[in-house]
Amino acid sequence: MFLYFLKRLLLFVPTLLGITIITFLLMQALPGDPVQTLAGERADPGTIERIRAELGTDRPLPVQYIGYLKLLLQGELGRSYYTNRRVTDELAQKFPNTVKLALAAVLFASVGGVALGILAAVRRDTLWDRLASFLSVGGISLPVFWLGLTLMLIFALHLRWLPPSGMGNGHPAYLILPAVTLGTFSLAYISRVTRSSMIETLSQPYIAAARAKGLSGRVVVLKHALKNALVPVVTLIGLDLGSYLNGAVLTETIFGWDGLGRYALDGIMKRDYPVIMGVVLFGAALFVIMNLLVDLTYHLLDPRMRVQSGS
Amino acid sequence: MPEYRTASGHFAPLSAVIAAAILAVLLITALAAPLITRHVIKQDPYAMDLDALRQPPGKDHLLGTDSKGRDLLARIVHGSRISLFVGFSAAILSLVIGVLFGLTAGYFGGMVDLVLSRIFDIFLAFPSLLLAIGISAVIPPGLGSAMLAITLVSWAGFARLIRGMTLSLKELTFVEASQALGASTGRTIFRHILPNAAPLLLVAAGLRVGGFILIESSLSFLGLGVQPPTPTWGSMISLNRAYINAAPWMVIFPGLAISMTVIACNILGDHLRDRLDPRFPD
Repeated sequence: MFLYFLKRLLLFVPTLLGITIITFLLMQALPGDPVQTLAGERADPGTIERIRAELGTDRPLPVQYIGYLKLLLQGELGRSYYTNRRVTDELAQKFPNTVKLALAAVLFASVGGVALGILAAVRRDTLWDRLASFLSVGGISLPVFWLGLTLMLIFALHLRWLPPSGMGNGHPAYLILPAVTLGTFSLAYISRVTRSSMIETLSQPYIAAARAKGLSGRVVVLKHALKNALVPVVTLIGLDLGSYLNGAVLTETIFGWDGLGRYALDGIMKRDYPVIMGVVLFGAALFVIMNLLVDLTYHLLDPRMRVQSGS
Repeated sequence: MPEYRTASGHFAPLSAVIAAAILAVLLITALAAPLITRHVIKQDPYAMDLDALRQPPGKDHLLGTDSKGRDLLARIVHGSRISLFVGFSAAILSLVIGVLFGLTAGYFGGMVDLVLSRIFDIFLAFPSLLLAIGISAVIPPGLGSAMLAITLVSWAGFARLIRGMTLSLKELTFVEASQALGASTGRTIFRHILPNAAPLLLVAAGLRVGGFILIESSLSFLGLGVQPPTPTWGSMISLNRAYINAAPWMVIFPGLAISMTVIACNILGDHLRDRLDPRFPD
């Protein structure tokens, strides 16, 4: 068990370093001076001096990379060209908003996806099953930005049930449309996996035994089968968290949600390189760390995984 | 659901038949787009008619006009070229790159495998749209940058898949026999291992085409894809977004085009996967 954790952590370090190598190379390839890219245009002379000293643009690339890592360890992602605020501060300010949106979306996707999957599995090969499978194909095929705009058109602009955009000082009504938009893709995947996992579980002997005992179909499905059928689903929900970062760029842009995604896009539109590099690096690091945590959690939770990992 | 017998004697569900038909029509539309807009629709996708801004769907303009008075149907027909071209060519490019690295890692094993697998992990670690955004900051946006971005975020997935397949194929007797007969490494890999992995690889690539078209449309929507005035489905939506309340068709129709294309790709991909191997990983 301990060995497995150690192995995972050892593999995690090169991945994280690899991400910084890629962002470093991207930064080198940007037009203009890398020092400027890292510091921001209106950075104070002290910061610029410090970054110039660490990077030393006349030195060979590997040495510059080490300097770049040192700067990252000090939390130095530079300053925005436009606001002149530290990118780390801005990230810290926007990140909670994205987390809030992502959590609401995960909730929507898990509840909706599991319910749809159970319905499809229990009513297998009926009209319900067909409908669920059509919805799940649709859910993974609709462009996120178009889905968001269409929902906004129907529920905010025509029916006027929900606010069209903005964050409304935390009023929950403002969260509904963005969360549904962001969660639909995941909901579709979760419903597929729930369906196939549920069908497999329902064919197990212990389910037949429960039915033979005379338990009602509802109890068998919801109490006996669901618990086991959910194992792959929970894995999927965990591993899918990173994909919310992709969806967040589009969803936040459409709904004017003040999170990381919109921040990234603003950076692109204004060619604000420190911002772009900051979000890309932060997003990728977050994704890797979350995958690691999800993986380690399952090993703690599921005894069967522990046997497989051989310790 | 009615089923139709296919050439190989298997039954294809109606949904797969419809999906294949839709894709065939789309491919023809994309290839013949200039002919179709000139002779069938009789509208120029670039001609601005300032007297007919934001016209609703009607007799002159079947799907209406956009905010610059251009015929929406003609633009959607032209937009199919970019979406399908980028979707399919990114699939082929990332498949080729993935196969080269995946075969190398799986066949040679050891340190080569260890290093290459780490590199696959790193590329798989980037949330795809974020990496594409980073790349777009470096390369001026356009057809090339969109294809490069999609290829860079997807080749590692194929590489990991074929690495696994190579690992199990190289243990099989016919590979051992080929090696024992003195076949060169290249011959063993390309004549014996690759052909056996090919069907699964093609299905895996087919399953991803829909997703690639979605990424292309997202990049276009964000202004990071092929630039205006060339019509792409994603950029049409973003350019007309401001008028969504007054002229919703300008946003609805290009989105329907994307959705229909990707749904058709995904249904067909699912069907091919089920035909080949019901236990194929998702």
